[in-house]
Amino acid sequence: MSDIVISAKDLGLTFQTGDGPIHALKDVNLDVRQGDFVSFIGPSGCGKTTFLRVMADLEQPTAGTITVNGTSPEEARRARAYGYVFQAAGLYPWRTIGGNIRLPLEIMGYSRDEQARRTADVLELVELGGFEKKYPWQLSGGMQQRASIARALAFDADLLLMDEPFGALDEIVRDHLNEQLLKLWDRTGKTICFVTHSIPEAVYLSTRIVVMSPRPGRIADVIESPLPRERPLDIRDSREFIEIAHRVRDGLRAGHGDD
Amino acid sequence: MRNVLPILTIVLAILAIWYASAIALNAPWAYDKAKRANIELSATDLVRDTWSQKKPKLPVPHQVASEIWDTTGAMVLSGRGFSKRSLIYHSWVTFSATILGFALGTVLGTLLAVGIVYNRTMDLSVMPWVITSQTVPIIAIAPMIIVVLNAVGISGLLPKAMISMYLSFFPVVVGMVKGLRSPDAMQLDQMRTWNASAAQTFWRLRLPSSMPYLFASLKVGIAASLVGAIVGELPTGAVAGLGARLLAGSYYGQTVQIWSALLTAAALAALMVGVIGLIQRVTLKRMGMA
Repeated sequence: MSDIVISAKDLGLTFQTGDGPIHALKDVNLDVRQGDFVSFIGPSGCGKTTFLRVMADLEQPTAGTITVNGTSPEEARRARAYGYVFQAAGLYPWRTIGGNIRLPLEIMGYSRDEQARRTADVLELVELGGFEKKYPWQLSGGMQQRASIARALAFDADLLLMDEPFGALDEIVRDHLNEQLLKLWDRTGKTICFVTHSIPEAVYLSTRIVVMSPRPGRIADVIESPLPRERPLDIRDSREFIEIAHRVRDGLRAGHGDD
Repeated sequence: MRNVLPILTIVLAILAIWYASAIALNAPWAYDKAKRANIELSATDLVRDTWSQKKPKLPVPHQVASEIWDTTGAMVLSGRGFSKRSLIYHSWVTFSATILGFALGTVLGTLLAVGIVYNRTMDLSVMPWVITSQTVPIIAIAPMIIVVLNAVGISGLLPKAMISMYLSFFPVVVGMVKGLRSPDAMQLDQMRTWNASAAQTFWRLRLPSSMPYLFASLKVGIAASLVGAIVGELPTGAVAGLGARLLAGSYYGQTVQIWSALLTAAALAALMVGVIGLIQRVTLKRMGMA
């Protein structure tokens, strides 16, 4: 099928450490379709971040196969097929917000006009219009993280990999950013893989929730969300939402029972 | 202004110890003179004599101050500010060698650091040599550098600058290796996700990240560079420069001249470190790193 963006088959990754091998991922099978919003949730050590890093060619699997856009993760990375948002905003203090967003564009060799146009566009997209000339320290943590999302969007990759991007932010800011992220996803039609350890966040955002469990890191459950694409914040009080959250919690608990 | 009182107290304490030490150290010569002239020295006579000898063991601050004034400000006022007897002229000679050596040392140190960070072979092989180079006493190497460079027809400013470079590249290597390695794993991963080349990662991430480390190294480096220039002047036949003034002073027992050259060198070092500190403050503030 051509609308499969990521396809993992029997994927495994074992780290060799001084205390013996650590199975970060074992027998992971998953297909991510075009336009999906997939959340990976699980306790620490379940391999959710490792899985994301394998997709991004930041880690090499030791077993099984994985394709991104039908190619190897390395080819996908070289083709700049994805934008990656880290847990910390990681903006350069010596560059303005605009300068930070231009950074990947400069690296990828876009013309100056194109850089300016795209920077203005993505700043508008994350509602940071007018902040282009500000420095990172002049922005709040939430705004910095939005700027880092804008930076990942600037070169218009169809795939967005996000590793607990809102993990360090407070509840209210996080709600607001979740809402914005959903709108952005709806408007751009991108495929998003999103790592989180928050159940409400996973359920609110995702079309599919991948529940993972640790030692060895593996997929415990994959939940297709029946929630509509249009999701106001108060959908979190609906019966369906609470049912899915229950199922996620059960999946997490089952995974924990193993150790 | 709360800082002024403690600083002033220390300065006064140093001056008091200095004047007292001068009495103790210069007293034997004063008694000697008195004995030969068959006169009895009163306490006031002793103090007056020990504080005004022509070639004292330890000249007192006001003697040094007046010597410095005579060889700087006074000569400027009489229009001979750049004559060969002026400390301004000698400071300039030393200063130019210091700056040239410092610039060469900074470039050499940075290049070595880049090599060490990017090349595993250099990482393993260069650092031990860099450290070894600093364990050799500079006073032993300096004459050889001068002789060797003279043999190939290089003399004047450059040999002294080479010795300055020899001392000043070291802190730059150490600081820049640390600075270029200061970006964390996440920042390097981020560059990787953009498929950035090694050169792009260097210019856009590693080099800017290393600036706080570079400036810390430059402050140490410029002071070391001045020491190098002065040491380099000692075996050049003592023609010009603060080092030459020190050497000439010690040949003829001109302790006042030695001390005035010493204090001028100290002031020059303080000035240069201060200027770098100022550039550091402005640069890092503009880079959002201070």
